[in-house]
Amino acid sequence: MSESTYEPIIIGFLCNWCSYRAADLAGTARLHYSINMRPIRVMCSGRVEPDLVLAALRNGADGVLIAGCHPGECHYLEGNLKTLRRYKLLKRMLAQFGIEQERVQLVWASASEGSALANAIDRMTQELRQLGPLRWQETVIQRMDFQPAQRVEAISDPVGEEVP
Amino acid sequence: MIGGEQKFKLAMYWAASCGGCEISVLNIGERLLEVDAFFDIVFWPVAFDFKYSDLRAYPDGYIDLCLFNGAIVNSENEEIAHLLRQKSKLMVAFGSCASAGGIPALANLTTPSAIFQTVYLNNPSIDNPDQTLPEPTYPVQEGELHIPTFYPTVKKLEQVVEIDYVIPGCPPEADQIWQVLQSVISILQNGMPLPPKGAVLGATDTAVCKECVLEKHEKQIARFYRPYEIVPEPGLCLLEQGLLCLGPATRGGCGALCPKVGIGCRGCYGPLDGVEDQGARILAALSSVISAGDPKDEEQEIERKIDAAIDTLIDPAGTFYRFGMAGSLLIRARNGGSR
Repeated sequence: MSESTYEPIIIGFLCNWCSYRAADLAGTARLHYSINMRPIRVMCSGRVEPDLVLAALRNGADGVLIAGCHPGECHYLEGNLKTLRRYKLLKRMLAQFGIEQERVQLVWASASEGSALANAIDRMTQELRQLGPLRWQETVIQRMDFQPAQRVEAISDPVGEEVP
Repeated sequence: MIGGEQKFKLAMYWAASCGGCEISVLNIGERLLEVDAFFDIVFWPVAFDFKYSDLRAYPDGYIDLCLFNGAIVNSENEEIAHLLRQKSKLMVAFGSCASAGGIPALANLTTPSAIFQTVYLNNPSIDNPDQTLPEPTYPVQEGELHIPTFYPTVKKLEQVVEIDYVIPGCPPEADQIWQVLQSVISILQNGMPLPPKGAVLGATDTAVCKECVLEKHEKQIARFYRPYEIVPEPGLCLLEQGLLCLGPATRGGCGALCPKVGIGCRGCYGPLDGVEDQGARILAALSSVISAGDPKDEEQEIERKIDAAIDTLIDPAGTFYRFGMAGSLLIRARNGGSR
């Protein structure tokens, strides 16, 4: 995939009660926004365990968007606060893995905020276009089996560099 | 089987490891005599003077049980892993390093060049004026010298060869080792069916919390403390006092040894059944004890409280994946991670 045709893949976890309805609303209102997000409906943003985000990033996503109800408006009272705590900690950890902050985002979008969700998706798509692809399988995991270098100087950082 | 007949064959090997696993095997004490009565030890570099050439000379499948500890860090580790797999009927990833990468795999958060800088050049205890670094091959008058090549990514045993079982722990507890050896002995002796391939032996299928004697009150915390910062209240859950304890997301079997003496679980027994990424579950478990205040508070106030608590958690990745980096979903950092 050359840089010019690169389009980011965003996995979107949208909560059933607010954000998925916001996406529905964006559709019925015929809003135009980026097609890069693949929505997955979950019952609550609090259901999005860190494993799901990591698995998405490992398996080809360039970014992950988690969308839920505004604080105080959660259908399960505090599910979105659980999301917020995990999300903040997850972002700290992902930085240590060399994953940029823009790649995992959390937005609040109520059922009436179709355009807010559409804007967030547009903005995130734009940010990921600028960052370039993540492609964890190709750039990190498949390159684990590297051919032993002849000299130590040759061991720079063969993992995580761009695939030619 | 005991007596004049042929004994079963046992091997143990250390790849990138500290030797703690071997000590733990020795910790089974006088029961070693029973092991010796049943097994011929045919390869164990720490304890016996066998050479790699002896190992190469064995027929394939000669070894009945191989306890392989240590992570795969260099070409020698990998070569011997393949060799032992070829020579062994049962290959066991023994201890945290072999089963999930262990402490050596924390190297996956940085780069080989940074490691070489620290170890050979910038370490305060190193005097290396010529900036000499190890090289896989080095020409001398008599010919070429070879040493193993350092790999950029530390792997667990399963990422290099097929394994049959896992015995987790850093190190596996002696009593658990003995139980596993006993059951292997009785299985081999009586020709009983083996446990399913890939089974985790010498551990329970419940979390460390289940075995922990400390009292829990479902309390939330405003911040984390490092062990030197507070003296924990005896008898109470360490996590609820702000001390990092990975027990909720860690497999039991150790008897909750660390929490019992006031040290938070470090996660060495690995993830529970059905969990691929232990660190992610630890992250989720620790997040759940952070107090976010009243849900009716202003959003900024909630965020401030969460940030303040997270600020006190030093090195999240290194903590959550202290023993499980090679077995994690991401496996390693890219571009050297953040430093």
